[in-house]
Amino acid sequence: MDYNRVFVSKVRRLIVVFALFSAFLGFNTTAFAQTDSVAAHGHEASAPVAHGEEHAKEEKGFDITSFIFHHISDSHFFTLWGHGDHGVTLHLPVILWTDNGLVTFSSSAFQFDDAGEVVVEKSGQRFAIAHNKIYYANATADAHGSYVSHVTNEKGEETVTNARPLDFSVTKNVFSMLLSIIILVIVFTTVAAGYKKRVGKAPKGVQSFLEPIILFVRDDIARPNLGHKYAAFMPYLLSVFFFIWLNNMLGLVPFFPGGANVTGNIALTVVLAAATFLITTFKANKYYWGHILNPPVPWWLKPLMIPVEIFGMFTKPIALAIRLFANITAGHILVMSLLCLIFIFNSYAVAPASIFFAVFIGLIEFLVAFIQAFIFTILSALFIGMAVEEHH
Amino acid sequence: MDLLIPEIGLLAWNTISFLVLVFLLGKFAWKPIMKGIHDREQSIDEALNKAELARQEMARLSAQNEDLMKQAREERDQILKEAKALKDGIVNEAKSQAQAEGAKLIEKARIEIENQKKAALAELKGQVSALSLDIAERVLRTQLDDKAKQQELVNNLLKDVELN
Repeated sequence: MDYNRVFVSKVRRLIVVFALFSAFLGFNTTAFAQTDSVAAHGHEASAPVAHGEEHAKEEKGFDITSFIFHHISDSHFFTLWGHGDHGVTLHLPVILWTDNGLVTFSSSAFQFDDAGEVVVEKSGQRFAIAHNKIYYANATADAHGSYVSHVTNEKGEETVTNARPLDFSVTKNVFSMLLSIIILVIVFTTVAAGYKKRVGKAPKGVQSFLEPIILFVRDDIARPNLGHKYAAFMPYLLSVFFFIWLNNMLGLVPFFPGGANVTGNIALTVVLAAATFLITTFKANKYYWGHILNPPVPWWLKPLMIPVEIFGMFTKPIALAIRLFANITAGHILVMSLLCLIFIFNSYAVAPASIFFAVFIGLIEFLVAFIQAFIFTILSALFIGMAVEEHH
Repeated sequence: MDLLIPEIGLLAWNTISFLVLVFLLGKFAWKPIMKGIHDREQSIDEALNKAELARQEMARLSAQNEDLMKQAREERDQILKEAKALKDGIVNEAKSQAQAEGAKLIEKARIEIENQKKAALAELKGQVSALSLDIAERVLRTQLDDKAKQQELVNNLLKDVELN
């Protein structure tokens, strides 16, 4: 199969991104080390208590790991601007499937809490939110005033051990995704109306902007990989392509309604990859299964090859899911890290360089937004094409 | 590690939303769009084929015209040639006829002259004979007078006679 060039170009790009990324990660860890030592120093000395506390509080702003992870993870609040009570926040509905059935309330009930300090009582149950996740709250607060039990595991990561209700809330990601779906449906039904209105005529307006992209998906993604059977898979491929692309782009918009990390969330990429996997598996013909269950190798290699082939069935969609998730998340982390350099050095002098690099990476991310949508779609087409290919 | 564990609720939302999206776009967008593009491409193909046919037809027609022109030119040349030949023929005929006529006339004139000459000669002969007789008569008359004079007379007469 002729997909080497896709991987080669991708590998090159990944090398560049990861080289940059690791360079900045190195930067960050040294910065952490500094803040840690300073923080430790502040705690140990504690001669003037007020000064020490102030210092410690200041250091909190340096904790960019939790800051960045907060930004790239899902949330029950959609902050338009500002922070907490001083800003404007869209309180998204919380929908929980609990032991006692369905419970709904607005996320404003949590009062911007994220450490399990606020307890919401609904239908005889108590909920607390910590790290963007809703837990059943403990009866009493611990020493830090938190109603959830924090445990530090052997890797040094802090985890919450409380039980969780099933959380079907309309979170930031869900909200953003629904918005993107509305945009896609409106835009493409408009385009479709253009085709109905001007039959056989040249495209016009948004139609003329999107038609080359649709043709690109058809002629450069679907046809080379699927051959004459492409038409049946066009709706899926086009939907996946534009869905990923729009969400990638929305994720790059730093303010409302963008800013949600939809395609950088494993829950979405898993769904998309599973869709490709299901289509591949259910549309596969006998040659595909023959290749997996009876690979054309010497008989003594078969015990080795058959498990490898079966394993390969699953690694392909898993790679799809991880690739999209990792690329988009890495991009977001990179931009956030660059901007956080200002706060790490605590200096305005860093700002120009930091903003320059952030804008530069941001532009690259625009490219990545398209490339990742393209790669996901072309690999989906490739996998489906391998499954439906007629050999003889 | 939290990042790598999908949330159940989010998975459910994503699955449902994505299926709805594929359904809605498939039904209301991709189907008419792909059909529109396909139809347009087909009509463009058809138009191009038709243009090609028209071009061939044009070429055929112009070749035909060329042939006709060539034929017409040839015919014209032929006609001109014929006309020229005809003209030459007529002129030559007329010339030869005129020549013949002239020759005839000349012949006639010559014969007439000959006749006239013969007549003149005959007349001359008559006159000569009459003259000779006259001379002879005069000589005979003068012979009687003087021999010398006779001779002189005869010579003078003869000198007069030598006309022709």
